[in-house]
Amino acid sequence: MQQLVAYTVIGLTTGAIYALASSGLVVTYVTSGVFNIAHGAIGMIAAFCYWQVRFEWGWPAPAALIAILGVLCPVLGLAIDRVALRGLAQATEVTRLTATVALMAAFIGVAAWVWPPENRQPFRGFFEGNNVSVVGVNVGWNKIIALIAAVAVALGLRVLLYGTRLGIQMRAVVDNRNLAELNGARPARIASASWALGASLAGLAGVLLAAEVQLNIVPLTLLVINAYAAAIFGRLKSLPLTFLGAMALGLSEAYLLWGQGQSWFPETIGGFSTSGLRQATPTIFLFILLMLLPQAKLRAGAARVRERSVIPQWNTAILGVVVLIIGSVAVTGMLTRSNTIYMIQALIMALAVVSLVPLTGYAGLVSLAPLTFAGIGAVLMSKMPGDGNVLSLIAVVLIVASIGALVALPALRLEGIYLALATGAFALLVSILVFNQGKIFANGVAEVPPLRIPGVHLSQPRPKAIFLSITFAVVGLGLVALRRSALGRRFVAMKDSPLAGATLGMNLVRTKAMAFAISAAIASLAGALDAGKVAPDNYAFDRSLPILLLAIVGGIGSIGGAFFGGMLLGLNTVLASIVPSISNITRVTPGLIGLSMGRNPNGTSHQIATAFRPVTRHPLSLVIALSGAGTLWLLVVLDVVSHWGFFAALVVWGLGIVPNLPMLTIISGRPRTLCLSIAAVGMGVASFFDDVFDAAPTGGRLLAVIILFVVVGNAIRRVHTPAEPTSTSSPDLVGLTAFTAQELSKSDRAIKVVL
Amino acid sequence: MTTPHEPILELKNISASYDAISVLHDVNITVQRGEVVALLGPNGAGKSTVLKVASALMRPTRGSISIAGLDLTGAAASELARLGVCTIPEGRGVFPNLTVHENLQMAVRKGLPISVVQDRAFARFPILAERRTQLAGTLSGGQQQMLSLARGLATEPVLLMLDEMSMGLAPLVVADLYEQVKVIAAEGVSVLVVEQFARTVLGIADTAVVMSHGRVRFAGNAREVDEATLSSAYLGTKEADE
Repeated sequence: MQQLVAYTVIGLTTGAIYALASSGLVVTYVTSGVFNIAHGAIGMIAAFCYWQVRFEWGWPAPAALIAILGVLCPVLGLAIDRVALRGLAQATEVTRLTATVALMAAFIGVAAWVWPPENRQPFRGFFEGNNVSVVGVNVGWNKIIALIAAVAVALGLRVLLYGTRLGIQMRAVVDNRNLAELNGARPARIASASWALGASLAGLAGVLLAAEVQLNIVPLTLLVINAYAAAIFGRLKSLPLTFLGAMALGLSEAYLLWGQGQSWFPETIGGFSTSGLRQATPTIFLFILLMLLPQAKLRAGAARVRERSVIPQWNTAILGVVVLIIGSVAVTGMLTRSNTIYMIQALIMALAVVSLVPLTGYAGLVSLAPLTFAGIGAVLMSKMPGDGNVLSLIAVVLIVASIGALVALPALRLEGIYLALATGAFALLVSILVFNQGKIFANGVAEVPPLRIPGVHLSQPRPKAIFLSITFAVVGLGLVALRRSALGRRFVAMKDSPLAGATLGMNLVRTKAMAFAISAAIASLAGALDAGKVAPDNYAFDRSLPILLLAIVGGIGSIGGAFFGGMLLGLNTVLASIVPSISNITRVTPGLIGLSMGRNPNGTSHQIATAFRPVTRHPLSLVIALSGAGTLWLLVVLDVVSHWGFFAALVVWGLGIVPNLPMLTIISGRPRTLCLSIAAVGMGVASFFDDVFDAAPTGGRLLAVIILFVVVGNAIRRVHTPAEPTSTSSPDLVGLTAFTAQELSKSDRAIKVVL
Repeated sequence: MTTPHEPILELKNISASYDAISVLHDVNITVQRGEVVALLGPNGAGKSTVLKVASALMRPTRGSISIAGLDLTGAAASELARLGVCTIPEGRGVFPNLTVHENLQMAVRKGLPISVVQDRAFARFPILAERRTQLAGTLSGGQQQMLSLARGLATEPVLLMLDEMSMGLAPLVVADLYEQVKVIAAEGVSVLVVEQFARTVLGIADTAVVMSHGRVRFAGNAREVDEATLSSAYLGTKEADE
């Protein structure tokens, strides 16, 4: 009996912390429509900052609380609203969700950077050491305060949302933003207020939780999972139900903890350890709740104008594939062994990223679990008989595809954030309950055998890198074919308007399952082809987030974007290991890059593609571009330029000069001479890079290459572009087919229109 | 009934477009104090866009908007609302997840407490008093329209703009609502009514503006609008030399 009371008290106080966290989540969601994945990360940052001022700088607790919860958190909330989300008001739910994923990644990076784990003072709760006796059980003050705070917040929020004008306006803005504005409400200010409030509640939960679990980045950040579970219990709307859900969750965790200490509790079930069960409770809770949610209502999709996806063309796809394969053969020929291994990692990342193209890009379904499928692929490959037989690989891909479809089945009734959360819950469950089993990863490692192809040594880095490029190319071409097929059109139709699709007789369930199966199959390649020793950490939930992030940043609708995203991730890892001094910055970069989405929701690759499109349509420029690259290749083979010189010159050529080629073939006179001289100087500096940057470290060299191509590219553009750019094409000439593109450009220039 | 030379709403040379598609071309509309202006025209004529521009929900590409002689081009919709412009958008202008009482609270301003708002609203539409604690989304279509009218009028606006109030309502309910609009206008509020069904509003309007293809085709006394003008606008037949 005594124990029952004790564990009930533990459960209720834990539940109280969850309630605080989830109520903040619900408040921001209902008032701004953004589901804040970074909610737990805000709490984590608040806990660290509180610890800093309270225990490192020795401020008194009330002052520290006011500084953190009253000033820092609201400011942080306001900044998030203003900086990260304001530009995304018209973007799709996927993009907005990803923006908060970016925030989460950035916050985790910042915390790991600012507060390295060594020699930390302990985080002490309020009045630590003094206990209160509750029905014969000693309870710490921190727990009591958590309970009191939860009750106070519950009452306060109730009064705020239903009894005050601000609260009613908050709810009105959610109901109908335009109408609220017509009634004199200012939606932007109201959203800011709710973000400030939500951040403070996250901070309070973080500070209280830190006293229980100490300062650990990941557990504090994943507090959000508990908050999600409780918030889903309240259907993201009802605060009372949210509180109830939080308490139920806290209690079930406490009772499970109690049960695990008892002799009757099975230590293994069917040979699998049950030790991960308690850690997995919130996730299981969340998963069950999501499965119990009613079928999402079909809504006619609103046409979104900010995100456009272009149907991939065969000629550009084949050109890309050829460039990729030739490029990988050329590049691997001159990379050192260790750099080739980095390139292999980048290609594996690119495969994982591209797995999201059919799922998220085409079908509009968000997955937070791409690496989980990769992990399952790796595990299966390591267990499969045949030791790297191609047939085993095919079997692995087929099995993972069917697992993907199976996982999708219960989640099929969900959409938007609910679906995203279900995949996240799946990822966590697999991490905690499956990958942590000794049976799966013996001593925490699994050995994935290299694929055996007669005559090819895939255990060597160079053939492996080339093989992975070819694999990526094949997958890419397959996706182009998919997008142009009837199934691909069904995917896009499902994303644009499930309702219209259903009324046209489309089977939404089968289409969703297909999207998941294809995505899982591609992701499984990223695991099964990653030969060597792998650890479950490689496939953890928090590793999947940057994958989604970079996929969106690169441009989720396009294969080139996925490649770009994967390379960026790979480059980031490379930078961290070869330039240790900036390794802290690289922790933050994926998040920061993700936050740039507000200005560019179509993805970076879209921008790049826009820059290169004129080149692909202009045969002469294309020939010059390719022969230039070929010449460089010859020069490096003949040892005229060094490897670094080749790399730098290729970057300057490809990114700085090639996009300007169509212009350079048209203009004449002084500007042309000037442009050509800039190009020549740029190429000269790049080619003899080693002589110029003799002593510079690798990081400095990379930086120099980037600066060089940006300077050359912009200088050329400045010279040939008239001072005041006008419209993109001349309306009078559009539709005339009697002229060649070149003639049109000429006449456009004559009347000062920039093409 | 019209007091001339006191324009409440002036739209001057308004052009507007949705991305590349321009929908309004050089539109000029004036609403005088206490006047009821009916904005008529077929589907796609640009009537609702005019209202969006006039209520600042949409920014025109050219032209200016003034309210009571004050140039408010580029102001936020909430500012116009606070200055006494009450817009009831197409569909039901209520917040479905807020109760009737909370809907009325959205009209509360400095110096206008909820008790006053409620008294005014319930005086106009007594049925709302019975539904005080009900969610607005559960009201009937006519009651929702009453609620949005009552809420808007409680702020004592100078200008009331109504978009397609008849949409989806039974003819009798529509007739009732327009009776109320008549009462409102008699109280001195200027009204701009957008309506696809011309005859419903011509009975209560002083001035009629007929639009088609984003241009004003006719502006003048509501009683001068005859079958020929309307059918030429609606059906695109050749207009009489006007």
